[in-house]
Amino acid sequence: MSNSKKLIEIKDLHVSVAETEILKGINLSIGLGEVHAIMGPNGSGKSTLANVIAGRPGYSVISGDIVYKGSSILEVAPEIRARAGIFLAFQYPVELPGVRTWQFLKAAIDAIRKGNGQEELKIRDFDKFLEEKRQLMEMDPDLVRRSVNEGFSGGEKKRNEILQLALLDPSLALLDETDSGLDIDALRIVSHGVNIFKSPEKAILIVTHYQRILDYITPDYVHVLVDGKIVRSGDSSLAMELEEKGYDWVKDTADKEVTP
Amino acid sequence: MADQKVISRQTGVEDTQYKWGFEFDIESDVAPKGLNEDIVRFISAKKKEPDWLLEWRLRAFAHWVNQGDDASPKWAKVHFEDIDFQDIIYYAAPKSSDDAPKSLDEVDPEILEAFDKLGIPLHEQEKLSGIAIDAVLDSVSVATTYQDTLKEAGVIFCPISEAVQKYPDLVQKYLGSVVPYSDNFYATLNSAVFSDGSFCYVPPGVRCPIELMTYFRINEADTGQFERTLIIADEGSYVSYLEGCTAPMRKSHQLHAAVVELIALKDAEIKYSTLQNWYPGDKNGEGGVYNFVTKRGAARGENSKISWTQVETGSAITWKYPSVILQGDNSVGEFYSVALVNNYQQADTGTKMIHIGKNTKSTIIAKGISAGKAENTYRGQVSILASADNARNFTQCDSLLIGDECGAHTVPYIEVRNPTAKMGHEATTSKVNDDQLFYLQQRGIDLEEANYMIINGFCRGIFKELPFEFAMEASQLLRVSLEGAVG
Repeated sequence: MSNSKKLIEIKDLHVSVAETEILKGINLSIGLGEVHAIMGPNGSGKSTLANVIAGRPGYSVISGDIVYKGSSILEVAPEIRARAGIFLAFQYPVELPGVRTWQFLKAAIDAIRKGNGQEELKIRDFDKFLEEKRQLMEMDPDLVRRSVNEGFSGGEKKRNEILQLALLDPSLALLDETDSGLDIDALRIVSHGVNIFKSPEKAILIVTHYQRILDYITPDYVHVLVDGKIVRSGDSSLAMELEEKGYDWVKDTADKEVTP
Repeated sequence: MADQKVISRQTGVEDTQYKWGFEFDIESDVAPKGLNEDIVRFISAKKKEPDWLLEWRLRAFAHWVNQGDDASPKWAKVHFEDIDFQDIIYYAAPKSSDDAPKSLDEVDPEILEAFDKLGIPLHEQEKLSGIAIDAVLDSVSVATTYQDTLKEAGVIFCPISEAVQKYPDLVQKYLGSVVPYSDNFYATLNSAVFSDGSFCYVPPGVRCPIELMTYFRINEADTGQFERTLIIADEGSYVSYLEGCTAPMRKSHQLHAAVVELIALKDAEIKYSTLQNWYPGDKNGEGGVYNFVTKRGAARGENSKISWTQVETGSAITWKYPSVILQGDNSVGEFYSVALVNNYQQADTGTKMIHIGKNTKSTIIAKGISAGKAENTYRGQVSILASADNARNFTQCDSLLIGDECGAHTVPYIEVRNPTAKMGHEATTSKVNDDQLFYLQQRGIDLEEANYMIINGFCRGIFKELPFEFAMEASQLLRVSLEGAVG
């Protein structure tokens, strides 16, 4: 697909949830520096793909493999994947009553640092770092003192996800419908955060139903997922075409073109 | 802050989950096993008590004998074999206390060292800053720190046995005035045989400058511990009092039947915090302390306030209901509780709020955590008497279950005799949610730590009521108590 160094390779991946097969043979390879977008209608398996890469319990891999940084991660615990640089921005960020956002962010950053043989961040350094990223995400300073995501608006929750992306600085960012429910200002802020993250040492996988986030974050590759299979891949123009013609168009032409 | 010691620091004992489980090697002065009138007289004589107190003890003892063992409360949701009250030692004192130490210099160095091991330094140069500690070993108070600071403020804080000698009028006036000797089976037993405990009197208008703490420790085998605490906040005064407890690991059960009485006069406030970490028994439910305790406060004066905060992680069985009688108009009663049970522990705990005065207000927030095969019951009574115009109560009971072999139960009793009362009651039961765990794991946090974070979050509203150092200790206790239950 490209000549850049592979960060993650998904090989003929079949996944079921509660005995229903959702992913039916996914092949996808993402290189360093690349931005990929997975698009598809509701129920096509887009979110499943992002969650399986992150190791969410409840998904059974029937066959195939996920190779990350050269080794299979199918048997690797979610926290170990996270420490190895896989980050999932949640479609529905979870509320943690009584757990202060500050404390949560500090615990996360320290867990990842310790996993990589680094020392915990000093509180003063952490506060400085957090403040810088908070301003980047234009988040209310009061939010870091509140319980994680509790009473946050939809937009605040999504910005909080990208704040975590900026703080934890992973290798692979999986953005699961990060754009859904965002107004145009929040979409701009979130996209800005992602674009700053983007670098030749990183890779991004955007899972989205709509094309509009791709106006802000330009993908190198666009894949269309229908009924658990990638039915078409192309460059960013494919997203435009989809927006224009709708998903029925790819469904109809699915059998005419075969993806690599 | 910098030189402040955290009371939870390592105790130097390893290879065991219950870090406080070692035994002191101090010769004690032990009464023979069993209970009869002679034992009551023996204890009273040991303490060189005045006649009125001996008579009070004997009245209690007679009442206890007359009502028989069947009078012990049966309504709590706890199960245990009948206690053989003749198989208990009712008095055990470290030898040196025969002539009680007059200052810390006179305290047996072995005792000091033993408390040091528990993370409770009593030495003048190392003592916890800002906290005056009364250390009670088995039945006897061995040391009280910060006496000078307290004296300057006019605050009396001493062993109750000393108060009987030095301030007999105060003791006689208030002892048994909130919890009469006939109150309940265990309170009656305590009234007959109580050995020591803490006494505190805060004079009118005085804000006690430091936190007061009593640290209880059962050491002697087969010993019951029956301490009695009496705290009086005179008009317009304020005091914050902390209580911590541990016991060594033993195969047999130990009985702890304490009584605590609080009296808040007009405009006075008492804040009472407990970290209860008696030995909970082993993984199979063997051994552990039976913690059958009566705690009650009288918010006697107008605008008085009594606030109970408890974190209960220890004991094989906990049976306690720190209560407030809201007598004064505009008085306030609060109860904040975290009760955690694991393995085969059983807890039946809650509160009683008795509204008598006008515009009285009570708040109850109880958090129960159950793990292993343990049973946790919240039992609470709110009574609004006919005289209590415009009384208000808010009750919230939340239960968190870990695993699927434990139980959580909520038993609220509400009795309203005045139509102007406003009552609110909320209750929830939940399990640690898989989505929450995955969210934390996805951020690099391992499963065990993720569980602690969620459980700590569940308790946050209670922990914030505790003094800072105690809150840290409480959070650490949760972790130790849950070892093996999560992750």
